[in-house]
Amino acid sequence: MTTTLAPVETRRPSQEDVPRNERPWIVIVWNDPINLMSYVTLVFQKLFGYSREKATHLMLQVHNEGKAVVSGGTREKAELDVARLHAHGLWATLRQD
Amino acid sequence: MHRRIERRRGEIRLRLPAEERELLRSLPGQLRALLATNDPSLVRLFPKAYGDDAEANAAYEELVRDELVQGRLEALRVLEETADAERLDDEQLAAWIGVLNDFRLVLGTRLDVTEELYASEISPRDPRAPELALYGYLTWLQEQAVQAADAAPQ
Repeated sequence: MTTTLAPVETRRPSQEDVPRNERPWIVIVWNDPINLMSYVTLVFQKLFGYSREKATHLMLQVHNEGKAVVSGGTREKAELDVARLHAHGLWATLRQD
Repeated sequence: MHRRIERRRGEIRLRLPAEERELLRSLPGQLRALLATNDPSLVRLFPKAYGDDAEANAAYEELVRDELVQGRLEALRVLEETADAERLDDEQLAAWIGVLNDFRLVLGTRLDVTEELYASEISPRDPRAPELALYGYLTWLQEQAVQAADAAPQ
């Protein structure tokens, strides 16, 4: 009697997981009608350590232009920032610049 | 109406009438039950991270969904524990703000609110009137909570 070991499935990073070049990833926050302007400003200060002035500027950009780039860096960092924004209920996405 | 949440002499004080505390106490159970489902009104609590890249969105969700749920459950627990409190510390206030925001995101999604809503009167004949009134109340309360947090010494 022989036993056959089933192949262990592992998830390998696909080519798409590896950035093709050094272009950074950016984190975008989108405007929405529910989050309060004061709250969005507070979240930017709390998560990114921005001054009230910078956080307010970004919040107004989101409000008036529909979106703003709020942070960036490696894909891992950008994804973490997006997750922290999602934990606070903000509508954030990331993409390679 | 007097302010319900304010920072005075460095302390975060809650001055909530009993019926409002009763209402707030009922929120965690509702949200906890909803979080156990895939209800469409949760869409704003778990946004897609990669726009229309379905594969990347699925991998992201796999990675963070549980953590996002756990963080929210923790905040719900804090609100339940402090619903009768006279004072909050900064961490508890942050949990209150989070729960108020999450509840508004769910209600706002259900009601399909727009920015114009804030300027309009609610008609009592509108079938959505009770939920709109709750949404308005939670918005008012969250604004005060954010101001109390904002006045924290840096």
